[in-house]
Amino acid sequence: MTAPWAAGEDPKVYPIARSGDLVHIRQAIRALAQQSRLSLVDQTKMITAASELARNTLIYGGGGKVTAGLVSANGRRGVAAVFEDSGPGIPDVDQAMTDGWTSGGGLGLGLSGARRLVDDFRLDTAPGEGTTVSITKWAR
Amino acid sequence: MSERIPILRIGETLLVSVQFDLEDQMVLNLQEDLAEQIVSKAARGVIIDITALEIVDSFVGRMLATVAAISRVLDARTVVVGMRPAVAITLVELGLSLGGVDTALDLEKGLAKLRQPTSSVLR
Ligand SMILES: Nc1ncnc2c1ncn2[C@@H]1O[C@H](COP(=O)(O)OP(=O)(O)OP(=O)(O)O)[C@@H](O)[C@H]1O
Ligand SMILES: [Mg+2]
Repeated sequence: MTAPWAAGEDPKVYPIARSGDLVHIRQAIRALAQQSRLSLVDQTKMITAASELARNTLIYGGGGKVTAGLVSANGRRGVAAVFEDSGPGIPDVDQAMTDGWTSGGGLGLGLSGARRLVDDFRLDTAPGEGTTVSITKWAR
Repeated sequence: MSERIPILRIGETLLVSVQFDLEDQMVLNLQEDLAEQIVSKAARGVIIDITALEIVDSFVGRMLATVAAISRVLDARTVVVGMRPAVAITLVELGLSLGGVDTALDLEKGLAKLRQPTSSVLR
């Protein structure tokens, strides 16, 4: 996590254990994106990126959690979400970040697409040590 | 798990209006139900109204593309109507261009599109 959570507004932790959790996470991210006054397009991009990453956490990471909240830096506000699992990790990050590459039956667009949709994107993973993906979208 | 979105039939057209954010399993159910009903109701057209959807991620995007492809194989056509501008922008940036999916701005234009000869729809 590069950006600090906004003072006085604790981030919340949401479990990612069943597919129904993705619906709740999309709702939570939408509420945060509205609170930080993201434009409608930026709200949509952030929710979509979060949906992709939460599904990866569930399907490939074997479940995990997301910590989401408001962030602020240099007088700007935004929303951040950190997706964590202790699954198998990603052995080849460059390959996983390539448009169209999937180890399952997906389209291979979740990771690479999510990176395009947000302002900050950070992927930390190692084989056997789980995966953490942090994303931030700033209000303009 | 067994929750299903109602599919309406008007003549030879099946109409689905997605009214709320869907769980993945409901998305898959809808895909199956549409394929099944295209055949059982001898439908020639399918309209999927996503006006109410605030986001379409790769999972729902793939379902739309798959339904379009399935309907083509079953001699029917699918038109997705009501996509919000912010959703369209996001889908393209995500990398999902939905090339094989026919779209119209609203339900009325979607129905009109289904009445056109096939060649102009597939253009
Ligand atoms: N949390 C994770 N743990 C382990 N592997 C992962 C994780 N997230 C992604 N991956 C790996 O990276 C690949 C690419 O992920 P990406 O989200 O881009 O595509 P996908 O999930 O396969 O398809 P799509 O998201 O388009 O439906 C996955 O197929 C998987 O092998
Ligand atoms: Mg994915």
